[in-house]
Amino acid sequence: MKLKFLLFVFLAGAQLQAQEYFPKNDGVKTTKTGTTVFKNARIHVNPTTIIDNGMFAIKDGKISAVGKNISVPANSQTIDLKGKEVYPSFIDLYSEFGVEKPKAAGNGNGQPQYDASREGYYWNDHIRPDNDPLSAFSFDKDKAGKLHKAGFGVVNTHLADGIIRGNGMLIALNPDGSDGDRILKQRSAQYLSFDKSATSRQSYPTSKMGAMALIRQAYLDAEWYAKGKAENKDLALEALNRNKNLLQIFATDNLLDELRADKIGDEFGIQYTILGSGFEYENLDEIKESDATYIVPLEFPDAYDVEDPFMASKVSLHDMKRWNQAPANLKMLAENNVPFTLTTEGIDAEKDFRKNLLKAVEYGLSQEDALAALTTVPAGLLGEENNLGTIKEGAWANFIITSGDFFDKETTLYENWVQGKRSVLENMNVTNIKGDYDLAVDGNSYEVKITGEPAKPKAEVKMGETKIGSKLSFVDNWMNLLLSSPDTTKTEFIRLVANVPSETDKISGKAILANGNETSFTATKKDTEATSEEKKDEAKETPEVKPVSFPNNAYGFTEKPKQEDILFTNATVWTNEEEGILENTDVLVKNGKISRIGQNLNAGGAKVVDATGKHLTSGIIDEHTHIAASAINEAGHNSSAEVSMEDVVDPTDINIYRNLAGGVTTAQLLHGSANPIGGRSAILRLKWGESAEDIIFEDSPKFIKFALGENVKQSNWGSRSRFPQSRMGVEQVFTDYFTRAREYEQNKKNDKDYRKDLEMETIVEILNMDRYVSAHSYVQSEINMLMKVAENFDFNINTFTHILEGYKLADKMKEHGAGGSTFSDWWAYKYEVNDAIPFNAPIMHSQGITVAINSDDAEMSRRLNQEAAKSVKYGGVSEEDAWKFVTLNPAKLLHIDDKVGSIKTGKDADLVLWSDHPLSVYAKPEKTLIQGTVYFDIERDEELRERISEERNELITQMLKAKNNGVKTQPVTKKEEQHIHCDFLEEIH
Amino acid sequence: MRITYIFIFVFICSLGTGLAQQTPAPKQNNTISIVGATAHIGNGQVIENSILTFEEGKITAIGASGDVDPSGEIINAEGKHLYPGFIAANATLGLVEISAVRATDDEDEIGTMLPHIRSLIAYNAESKLIESMRPNGVLMGQIVPRGGRISGTSSIMQFDAWNWEDAVVKEDDALHINWPGSFSRGRWWAGEDPGIKPNEEYQQHLRGLTEFFNSSRAYLGGDRKIKNLPYLAMESVFDGDKKVFVHVDGEREIQDVIQFKKDQNLDELVIVGGYEAHKISDQLKENNISVLVTRAHSTPDNEDDDYDLPYKLAKLLHNEGVLVGLQSSGSMERMNTRNLPFYAGTTVAYGMDKEEALSLITSNVAKILGIDEFAGSLEEGKDATLFISEGDALDMRGNILDKAFIQGRELSLKSHQTELYERYKEKYESQSE
Repeated sequence: MKLKFLLFVFLAGAQLQAQEYFPKNDGVKTTKTGTTVFKNARIHVNPTTIIDNGMFAIKDGKISAVGKNISVPANSQTIDLKGKEVYPSFIDLYSEFGVEKPKAAGNGNGQPQYDASREGYYWNDHIRPDNDPLSAFSFDKDKAGKLHKAGFGVVNTHLADGIIRGNGMLIALNPDGSDGDRILKQRSAQYLSFDKSATSRQSYPTSKMGAMALIRQAYLDAEWYAKGKAENKDLALEALNRNKNLLQIFATDNLLDELRADKIGDEFGIQYTILGSGFEYENLDEIKESDATYIVPLEFPDAYDVEDPFMASKVSLHDMKRWNQAPANLKMLAENNVPFTLTTEGIDAEKDFRKNLLKAVEYGLSQEDALAALTTVPAGLLGEENNLGTIKEGAWANFIITSGDFFDKETTLYENWVQGKRSVLENMNVTNIKGDYDLAVDGNSYEVKITGEPAKPKAEVKMGETKIGSKLSFVDNWMNLLLSSPDTTKTEFIRLVANVPSETDKISGKAILANGNETSFTATKKDTEATSEEKKDEAKETPEVKPVSFPNNAYGFTEKPKQEDILFTNATVWTNEEEGILENTDVLVKNGKISRIGQNLNAGGAKVVDATGKHLTSGIIDEHTHIAASAINEAGHNSSAEVSMEDVVDPTDINIYRNLAGGVTTAQLLHGSANPIGGRSAILRLKWGESAEDIIFEDSPKFIKFALGENVKQSNWGSRSRFPQSRMGVEQVFTDYFTRAREYEQNKKNDKDYRKDLEMETIVEILNMDRYVSAHSYVQSEINMLMKVAENFDFNINTFTHILEGYKLADKMKEHGAGGSTFSDWWAYKYEVNDAIPFNAPIMHSQGITVAINSDDAEMSRRLNQEAAKSVKYGGVSEEDAWKFVTLNPAKLLHIDDKVGSIKTGKDADLVLWSDHPLSVYAKPEKTLIQGTVYFDIERDEELRERISEERNELITQMLKAKNNGVKTQPVTKKEEQHIHCDFLEEIH
Repeated sequence: MRITYIFIFVFICSLGTGLAQQTPAPKQNNTISIVGATAHIGNGQVIENSILTFEEGKITAIGASGDVDPSGEIINAEGKHLYPGFIAANATLGLVEISAVRATDDEDEIGTMLPHIRSLIAYNAESKLIESMRPNGVLMGQIVPRGGRISGTSSIMQFDAWNWEDAVVKEDDALHINWPGSFSRGRWWAGEDPGIKPNEEYQQHLRGLTEFFNSSRAYLGGDRKIKNLPYLAMESVFDGDKKVFVHVDGEREIQDVIQFKKDQNLDELVIVGGYEAHKISDQLKENNISVLVTRAHSTPDNEDDDYDLPYKLAKLLHNEGVLVGLQSSGSMERMNTRNLPFYAGTTVAYGMDKEEALSLITSNVAKILGIDEFAGSLEEGKDATLFISEGDALDMRGNILDKAFIQGRELSLKSHQTELYERYKEKYESQSE
């Protein structure tokens, strides 16, 4: 069959039809004038309209008529499609068809490349809106063949390279024409992604937030360029402006990125169509809110091979659940009215597309929605609703012919027509020889039972009760049946051959006996209707889909916890206010706020929690964390003020839950320390189960990370080419950027057509004290330097973080007005912390500096109470003050102490109930609340553990069953948990 | 290259001009009695209002006031707490000074089977890190090399010494094996998924280890005319003089270690790490295998694990009768080793009894290391390696040392860090005058 198909393609190629006005030198010109009429078909005009027993006609590659009864022109051929169905062929919006990916740039000299390689284009090589796939396009017959088999007729292809990737091209998979026919639209869409171009080694951006900032800047620059303000030619920006009105398709590969892409779109009034991950169901609310259409890859995770229990123990519940849930993704999207289309991206279109589509239908996706996703939805997005994805007059003659309902597993796809050109997938004129026959040969009678698909029938032969060995083939309606001798001691065969051009009750032909003699045979069909009932109606179990939890990981909540009114009675209350530590005190939480503090308070309707013998404190605030992030460092430039950690928050990080279990309620997610001017911070409330947007502290003050010392001069990284390489250079970086920012501000005031620069905008905010600085710093010289530079520019440094030599210049810090957020006792890990001492916090505190103790580490952050207690040991700080180091003081440093950081009437009910004195090594949190919602509860944790163990067990059983049933499995893998500190450079997902 | 040299030069100069290390204390020459303290013996016992006497570096008497008479110099420790010195098992103190400065790093030798590599001789008795252990009560440690499949031979040192010869309390105490993992990490720098996947070479690595043990045995049984240093270093392992410490975490791997112990006829075997050891604690007990558990202050290995698994791992094993100790290897391990008492304290919050938690860093560790004859508890005949704390030494707020002794010698509790503290405190005090 395959061979024949290839042959067909070959012949078609040889007879390539030339365009009408092209000269012809290999013969005489013949102009095709005819119409082809199809009759007796069940026509799926569109997903909701079906014409039974209908007709349609095609002419010049388009549909010329369709209906119950159409007039048949005289010069037409007719094809009878009795018993067959016709669907519009499918459209793949996200394709790389026929466009080869460019080769990767070499390794260069081993040093990072900071400048662009291209001249006459944008300053960043990864912005390539000028990419046009046309020059790289070559029709890929093999791939087209595979797509035909999957039912596709049109693909929107592009050059998948770069962050802004240039225009796409709409291609009809015409097997028989030239590219002149196939190119339906040369500029059909513009593609974007977060991935850099392979062709360039230019460093920036090294991170996702860098890529996001770069896209924003490119949009702004394009707008500015359009005003004719640039002195240079920029072909990339010109292309970007040219592509503005095209369909914008954003390629992502995970759920968080899908939402990130949409966020950028919202900022610029662009609604992207988003290539998704197939896991959209994990956050339907936000997917819905995005208003985007999703291009969903029809790819489901394979089951894990969990036979070995040790291996099985390494697969996370999350990965197992995804295997169980992902096939229901499309159903859930449809139920929530999220528009989507489907792509073969990432899968073998021929082998897996239809199989997976049927699986999605089995999991509840309606056939109408499935068809729409493959036809009318993509056609509509492309503005081609009248030309593609439907069988109606004037549309392209792109359709498939099937043996029956496309969604029936047994159905065969016979032909795929594109632009009126036929691609034969299976011979549709195969005679159906299924049935039970009485066979008479050479005086013997046999019973023959023929089953299976018409094109691939199977035979079972018996003589009386004895089974006879047999082999049946049926090619081009010629039947060959080989029978072995009933005498099993002999290896002798009888060969039967017959031509069966049409369905018949009597097959007769020639038999060649074992001895070589020829005779004739007849097989007479028995009149047994019932025997055709081969397929047992496998009692179809609707697959059991595990409920989605928030987040969909272990310890996620099946139902998001709600705000509660709670009365804590008889606690030892650490107010962090003038009242100090109150014994035997009640605290009433109402509407997310601390409503009353006192004795014998009336619960009203509030839930009462007996806190006798326990301690109630405000939640711990970590001034310096890197949990809950998908990226940490944008290391491509020495200033990255344009990037924001708010762009890369990962609310599904298990460390959020673990931090809650350590009493942490708020944390500042800082950029890493790769650059003197780092990125903007995200202040987070650790609301486990909520979305990235919703865990960002509401109206939080703006912050940015600065960094000094070994990391910014890259002492420990082997790179030698980036300025600065010394502390002397670090000062100049700051002075330079601050000077330019002042000039920028001036220019902005004077020129209404100024070039908006996101980096400079941020630095101006810093200079004007609209954005606070948290500066990663170790040794006294650099700390002193930064304060002097800031003073020269009339602002101050809000917080020095790490600040391990703060004790050496606490007086100067005090004078400057800086706070210090430090480690309790870290040192000796690099040269610049040689003089770090655990007495640092106590000395700074003694000099009147607002001191916090931070973690910079997912492990330490979950026991910051212990770290605070070390200030009692080293340096004799009072317990009350030590406690403020991890609560009220970081709240002050973050300028959120009006809301959190102490137990005071009217403040947010961010509370921790401790089993013991909170500074004691023996204390553990029992409940952690944020704004009156209990996000960690030690008793609920027990229940979650049980549920995890049950769910794991159930899913493992399901996977074992699946493997037993022959389902493909994948070897166990486990996502590596990475502990991130400031120095972390690699991107994580 | 030149830059590197300049850097090293500058670095060495700065070390030279830094503050001097604390001078080791002279030998004990008078009898001392500590009177009135709550003595935490280290074996689970507590004696209120105790008297402890030591002479020539050894404890000569310990008991409740009334049962024992004080003699010699009296140190009044009423209201205070007395502890045996904490022992840091599986430490790298003295082998690396500053992690990021390669020139100061001596913990990891190249090669695979390195039983002949000895930590002892690289041990820098004057490391600033070591003196910073003492104010927290960490007075001894097992110093372990880190590289290779067999990483080498450790020795046990006390933390107040002029040089490594002075410091050693047990030379070449154990052989250390880094057990291969049945999972391996993807090499992200080679474009692989950085996740974990089954290690196809696991069996091959195990065979390599077995082959090395077998070859060593065969060699030692021969005429030894040719000197093979690695094989010779294995002799004391087979004699039973050198214990075998296997650094391993997974359940499956631990099962293989148990089989290895049987196959190789090893009397004393210790598991270091043992993240999943609790899943087969009965087998560990049956085979007389003790465990130095994964650092209590670490995050769980798997997303699905109990958040408090590292906190309660010691307790889970202890409950099943396995001999357990704590250790501090992991990220930033050297400077963190001084937090050993707080690891013990944390296990209490998650179920351990306080005095039993203390034994996790004293008597249990001494037993595991094979030095319990003279260390690990406040018992007659043992070394007077002990300290007086103002309060509960497992709690950050109580761990404030008054006095500390190693083999009866009263050591300085000052350090580079306390000296900087004093210096800057004085600076600010003089400013405010």
